[in-house]
Amino acid sequence: MSILTLFVVIPVLMLVGLWLAKNDNQVRGVMVVGASALLGLAIWLTITFIQMRHAGNTELMLFTYSTPWFAPLNIAYSVGVDGISVVMLLLSAVIVFTGTFASWQLEPMKKEYFLWFVLLSIGVFGFFISTDLFTMFMFYEVALIPMYLLIGVWGTGPKEYAAMKLTLMLMGGSALLILGILGIYYFSGATTMNINEIAALHNIPVAVQKVFFPFIFIGFGVLGALFPFHTWSPDGHASAPTAVSMLHAGVLMKLGGYGCFRIAMYLLPEAAQQLSWIFLVLTTCSVVYGALAACVQTDLKYINAYSSVSHCGMVLFALCMMTQTAITGAVLQMLSHGLMTALFFACIGMIYHRAGTRDVRYLGGLMKVLPFLSVSYVIAGLANLGLPGFSGFVAEMTIFVGSFQNADTFHRVCTIIACTSIVVTAVYILRVVGKILFQKVPNKKFFELHDATWDERLAIGGLIFCVAGLGLFPLWASNVISGAVAPIINHIMSTTAAAL
Amino acid sequence: MEYSYAFLILLLPFLSFLVLGLCGMKMKKPVAGFIGTIMLGSLFAMSLYTAYEYFFVIGRDAATGLYPTVTVFNFTWLKFTELLTFNIGFRLTPISVMMLIVITTVSFMVHIYSFGYMAERDDKYKFEEYEHGFQRFYAYLSLFTMSMLGLVVATNIFQMYMFWELVGVCSYLLIGFYYPKHSAVHASKKAFIVTRFADLFFLIGILFFSYYVGTFNYDMNANPELIGKLASVAAKYSWLLPSALFLMFIGGAGKSAMFPLHIWLPDAMEGPTPVSALIHAATMVVAGVYQVASLFPIWVQYAPNQLHWVAYIAAFTSFYAAAVACCQSDIKRGLAFSTISQIAYMLVALGVSYAVDNHEGGLGYMAGMFHLFTHAMFKALLFLCSGAIIVIIGSNFKQYMGGLHKYMPITNICFLIGCIAISGVWPLAGFFSKDEIVSACFEFSPFMGWFMTLVSGMTAFYMFRLYYVIFWGQSYYELDPENRKKPGEVPFVMWGPLVFLAIVSIFAGWIPFGHFVSATGQSMEIGLQHFEFTSVAWFSLLAAAIGIGLATWMYLPKNNPVPDMLAKKMPRLHKAALNRFYIDDAWQFFTHKIVFGCFSKPIAWFDRHVIDGTFNFMAWSAQEAGETIRPWQSGDVRSYAAWFLTGTVALTLILLCILS
Repeated sequence: MSILTLFVVIPVLMLVGLWLAKNDNQVRGVMVVGASALLGLAIWLTITFIQMRHAGNTELMLFTYSTPWFAPLNIAYSVGVDGISVVMLLLSAVIVFTGTFASWQLEPMKKEYFLWFVLLSIGVFGFFISTDLFTMFMFYEVALIPMYLLIGVWGTGPKEYAAMKLTLMLMGGSALLILGILGIYYFSGATTMNINEIAALHNIPVAVQKVFFPFIFIGFGVLGALFPFHTWSPDGHASAPTAVSMLHAGVLMKLGGYGCFRIAMYLLPEAAQQLSWIFLVLTTCSVVYGALAACVQTDLKYINAYSSVSHCGMVLFALCMMTQTAITGAVLQMLSHGLMTALFFACIGMIYHRAGTRDVRYLGGLMKVLPFLSVSYVIAGLANLGLPGFSGFVAEMTIFVGSFQNADTFHRVCTIIACTSIVVTAVYILRVVGKILFQKVPNKKFFELHDATWDERLAIGGLIFCVAGLGLFPLWASNVISGAVAPIINHIMSTTAAAL
Repeated sequence: MEYSYAFLILLLPFLSFLVLGLCGMKMKKPVAGFIGTIMLGSLFAMSLYTAYEYFFVIGRDAATGLYPTVTVFNFTWLKFTELLTFNIGFRLTPISVMMLIVITTVSFMVHIYSFGYMAERDDKYKFEEYEHGFQRFYAYLSLFTMSMLGLVVATNIFQMYMFWELVGVCSYLLIGFYYPKHSAVHASKKAFIVTRFADLFFLIGILFFSYYVGTFNYDMNANPELIGKLASVAAKYSWLLPSALFLMFIGGAGKSAMFPLHIWLPDAMEGPTPVSALIHAATMVVAGVYQVASLFPIWVQYAPNQLHWVAYIAAFTSFYAAAVACCQSDIKRGLAFSTISQIAYMLVALGVSYAVDNHEGGLGYMAGMFHLFTHAMFKALLFLCSGAIIVIIGSNFKQYMGGLHKYMPITNICFLIGCIAISGVWPLAGFFSKDEIVSACFEFSPFMGWFMTLVSGMTAFYMFRLYYVIFWGQSYYELDPENRKKPGEVPFVMWGPLVFLAIVSIFAGWIPFGHFVSATGQSMEIGLQHFEFTSVAWFSLLAAAIGIGLATWMYLPKNNPVPDMLAKKMPRLHKAALNRFYIDDAWQFFTHKIVFGCFSKPIAWFDRHVIDGTFNFMAWSAQEAGETIRPWQSGDVRSYAAWFLTGTVALTLILLCILS
């Protein structure tokens, strides 16, 4: 049995523990123990992974394990990790850990809330460790369903509408996805659903690839906020409770980018080469469009949701650029966006919880009354606009340098258009910071607000530590990722070269 | 290993930022201040020692006769591709050593000065929204110093860009330091966004440069292989280097406030005055000049024409800013426009160069750097003096001043020294550096030379106008001595740095600067320092004299009607100059009307109504379809039976028809 299975087993044990828990403190205890175990496991995995790579282990996937699950259809429970999945697991563990503390004081029905929360994390972890198409899809679905209840029950505002919209749009994406997966499975003629084996086989006709590539890319793209399928994001994020927004924007949206790369581009390489220009146009739109739309929003969560559209658009944009550096940047951006947007949503949720509004027109002068949260908000903002020293800078610069390796005018123009987002990002971030944190306190009631409690400080402090850590010492992450990207991108490029 | 302590020059301010940022709020004010100041004092000492070691102990390389380029350390911070690695390093060249001195000197003085200034301001700002200003201020100053030092010792263009962004954000934080004030928040936002906009071009320039040249390095001395690479790139893509360099220059123009990207700098005066002295006069705003100077060999060799564009842009800026400075009533804004004008001088000096040669075509390089050095000293002095005045008066506006020479004698003398120095009067610092610039301009073209001489006359005029309206003329206090606070001299922590900088401003001109910094690196003499007055020198002295004379005639006498009369004679010109020729309105128009109005709002609307509408419509049609079909499933057995019967009959009939 592979050590990776623990990523699924621990949350399952947590479910049992939560089910048995009798009061709030027991629930919290189970969550803290479980989330810490996951975080510890993820850190251990990262370190071991790096050591094994240093020791010269060059296999595509490490810690692999496979056992048949449904033999007639060749479905197997097969797991394995490469550099990309390792950092994604680390990200997920960090977000689950901090999300636990961010929902420390959640009311009502804490136990039920955490049950769904853990179920969602099972899906996320399972997705990142799987190497089997069908198992991956199953975990993907497991991650989507709890979202409906988490938003519908514990959300705010027009929560039923938001939950329904989010679930339906993502389900629509899944429908495309299952078609695409079946298409890949049947046309590859494989006797396995293992991704790496299908890729090695590489015998899907190009015409078929071109049919199924859009299915999978759009299917995952819906989750990765691909323009124009992103509109679930503003409503969904705005209605979701704090920790759910964190987990959703922080990790779940990353499933989209990960899937696009791991399944769509890896298994359908020729189609990826030939059709990427269409998606490049769409994602360039995403990047600029999301940023511009964020400039005029008045709800803090809408601003951040559109900002996520822009930043996740950057992930898909970089994938479509199809160079090793750009894709490394895409994964770095997933990591970086996951951390900083979780930080952002945590701050917003805590401010909302206190001030009772998220409308920038009614907020102001919070720096005086909530110094800790405000400083964290400024840090999140600066990380978001790509300040050096935080993770955003590293990711964006890698993407831009990588995109520029494509020497033709079309890619150049797209890159330059995408670059302009760094200015627009500054506009909307500073607008909000200037409005809600600085200037005078508009409402006497705000003077009675209390700053963050210890559990909130822990959640925020942890995220800031990660954002700054990745921003100050990016080399290890970049090396781990680009080591994993290299074989895949070489595979994509070499197959096309052979076809030509 | 020489310079083995160099990493401390970056690490110490960073640590002090962390300490002050994380625990500063729990410290007492003086403790936080002392931590910052002691750290900077040691940086100052280290920089002086580095300069001493670099120029005098190790000195020129025996083989080449040049000061060597020393890369103290250079480690890989991030790896993009095999060729393109993002290094962070520490590089010493004559100009980076000079910048170390400039930054740490001014920063050290500002740290000391701020003890007095910020304490005074803290007392005044004791309204409820404002807290922990002192500690926060020192934390930001440390961060800024670190970033600025990182910028000047950059070994490659990407490191420069990285620290470039960091100084931008420090500038943002410090301009918006008094965050309860609306104007401060607005100004900080504007500063950041305008410079970010310019940085976008810098980034694109870097991307082009690095892709084709295959490296981020720009220093041909440290990386000899660069010479060949540049030559082959220039041969293959003739458009590349000029465009890339010019794009990078746009980034520099944003930071160095060149027209029309200068609009943020006057508003940046919302920040505390020590910050204006450090960031917005002496160090950060010259980053653009430093960038052009760092890339100077590439500019001259591969893009000489574009370099002259830089000169024209800068020349226009210097004239424009001088014209606006003549009418400002806010003393800090007046100084800000003067800064814009003087930085433009430096860029003109670099821009008029056309060869790497100390005398023929390359004089501007040395002159620009020299002016950067002297200007940093006297402009910091002027700003700190104005800070002293503002603390005492409690306002930035000239109508509350006047006649202060009686009450603030030390500040008066120091400000006067600063004014004389900037006006270019022998034997103070500004005379030498400015005169070299004007000589370089005359070498380039007589028009440029006369034009810059004119601007130097204007400089003298607006500086002395400022001086007279502050220290002479009708005293605001004396008009109503009973109700108004009597002005007095500032405490020693504030006038001490003033005196120090004043002394530097007097003598800096006599430094044999050409020995240390010159276009070729070979030692060169500055003739004026040996009393070899050329006709150019006489002309600029004459221009300064005219400017000073005019200002004396107009502003020294109490209640002189001449200035008002002139303003009335030319109402439109005066109003336009007062409103900075409406460039700020253009900026407002651009952001609000174009970006928000033409893009953001329609896009947000489109998103909510068209895209979201489509999905809502799909959901709605599914629902409607359901609603339509639902009555059919009524649960009523009789209607089911009726339907069943009708269906059977109909089917039977159809079957019969088909069969028959």
